[in-house]
Amino acid sequence: MSIGRTRSISLMGLTGNVVDIEVDIASGLPALVLIGLPDTSLGEAKDRVRSAITNSGSAMPPTRVTVNLSPASLPKQGSAFDLGIAMAILAGTGEAPAESVAAAIHLGELALDGRVRPIAGVLPAVVAARDAGFTRVVVPAGNRAEAELVSGITVIPVASIRHALVAHGADIAAFDVDVLRAPDASAETISERDLADVVGQPEVVEALIVAAAGAHHVYMLGSPGAGKTMLAERLVEILPDLTPEQSLEVTSIASLAGVSQTSQLATRPPFESPHHTATAVSIVGGGSGVIRPGALSRASRGVLFLDEAPEFSPAVIDALRQPLESGHITIHRAHQVAQFPAHVQLVLAANPCPCGQAGLSDSDCVCTPDRRRRYRARLSGPVLDRIDIHLPVRRVARARLLDDSESRVTTAQARARVVTARATARERWGGAAPASQELRAGRFRLAATVTAPLDLALDRGAVSMRGYDRALRIAWTLADLDGTTTPTRDHVGRAFALRKGLTA
Amino acid sequence: MAHKDDLGRWGERVAAEYLESEGYSIVDRGWRCAHGEIDIIVHREDCTAFVEVKTRRTLQFGHPLESITPAKMSRLRVLAGEWCRTTGYSRGRIRIDGIGIVGDGVRIESLDHRTDVIA
Repeated sequence: MSIGRTRSISLMGLTGNVVDIEVDIASGLPALVLIGLPDTSLGEAKDRVRSAITNSGSAMPPTRVTVNLSPASLPKQGSAFDLGIAMAILAGTGEAPAESVAAAIHLGELALDGRVRPIAGVLPAVVAARDAGFTRVVVPAGNRAEAELVSGITVIPVASIRHALVAHGADIAAFDVDVLRAPDASAETISERDLADVVGQPEVVEALIVAAAGAHHVYMLGSPGAGKTMLAERLVEILPDLTPEQSLEVTSIASLAGVSQTSQLATRPPFESPHHTATAVSIVGGGSGVIRPGALSRASRGVLFLDEAPEFSPAVIDALRQPLESGHITIHRAHQVAQFPAHVQLVLAANPCPCGQAGLSDSDCVCTPDRRRRYRARLSGPVLDRIDIHLPVRRVARARLLDDSESRVTTAQARARVVTARATARERWGGAAPASQELRAGRFRLAATVTAPLDLALDRGAVSMRGYDRALRIAWTLADLDGTTTPTRDHVGRAFALRKGLTA
Repeated sequence: MAHKDDLGRWGERVAAEYLESEGYSIVDRGWRCAHGEIDIIVHREDCTAFVEVKTRRTLQFGHPLESITPAKMSRLRVLAGEWCRTTGYSRGRIRIDGIGIVGDGVRIESLDHRTDVIA
């Protein structure tokens, strides 16, 4: 009898696909039929839509209503199609202006009383809508702030079906309703952690600054109470602010993770510190039905801190190997494939042995050598080889604790140095850092006299080829921090020491 | 007889009058067998229709046709087959219709005739 149409967005990872919602209002007994590969929560949309339409004062057509979500082959999940389905039905019955409804993207879950509930993943969905060339997107009023972070598309926040009808130009009165909101993300706490809190470990602080400047992964090894966790938390503070694209990426992941309502773009790099009982899926992402980003992706453009790294299941740590190299993770499930960013700076922390006393002068380690070896072996060689900076963290002696004479570096100072060094690097590389091949043999090849310490180590088999490349990169970072145009022999030496920190 | 049965009977009468005015000839009304009852059986142009009539006073609790559930539909299907067998019907096509009436037993507010409701 009549057809209503509109569009919505189906998210797979951070990629949004435009989904056509077609509604056919045909003769037949009253029924609402949903076709087009819906999952359970989407299948339940039928009942939500029916109640919401009736309870908001509109009429559900007493005929056979067929809702088709197209492309039919694309798996669709979640409740974000509710509003689109309802508006397409009302466009079909003539209650809503059909042209206006058809031209807009609709996102939102419906409450039974006809109000519109906020949904997870509004930000990437609105970005997808804009990139697909749409000019108007109707979003839940509770997601307004998040949707408005996207420029170049008109955001129409609606609190209920009636509001949506009015927004499309229907000639009815809209009653004010209480806007349904998701729990708000707690206002960003100003960090109380300053780098200046770190006492008596200037060489460790310096190594952290190098790590931040070159985005090098760090492995901290030290006895309990030496300050490993404290240092990791401060590393994220000295990273520079996110660039606009990074910021959008980070906020999109946060929005998709759906833990809380995002109302502003993230400007600071994220920090994730999963507990060591975490499963591989919780770290790299996955899940049945909806593929959700894991801690690795939530920490993208920031720091992923694995405290007590040897306590993690070795399979979990090894799952990080490939994404650390490529900067993204592709998750395959039977029905779909999702790709998430994984540009993390990995920070591992470990005790020297299970009892934590090894290497301390004033206490005895009770672990057998075999036990100690097994403990260390839980971090596989391939993983440790990918980590640029190996950092021994020692307990602070009392003398250094009381010594106020040395000036401590504050977070602000450190961040300024990091920002300058990164700017220098960007200018020299002209964008992304070059391939290792370039560093070894190409345009950025260093003089043989400069790389002599490294060459010798390579000849002796003391470093792997990857280790050699990593040390070269650290040398460049050190040069950037010092403001010299190319690394000197001293930089290469220091880089090698940072790389081999544990054995030095 | 209960109040609701009066309304139902009135609705069936109204439906029968409507169908006749549409050019159908009534074949049977209230046909019963072990499986249940068919409200109205009509015939027009080589097609026999088995009509289920639902009557309600208001739309407050939904449209009358909404009360024809999938279970009711499959029973109608069985009943239709049973009727064909008993009567030896072989004159042409058959279909199942639904008629939903809103009215108070005197005045008809609306009448909906849905043809061929089993897709």
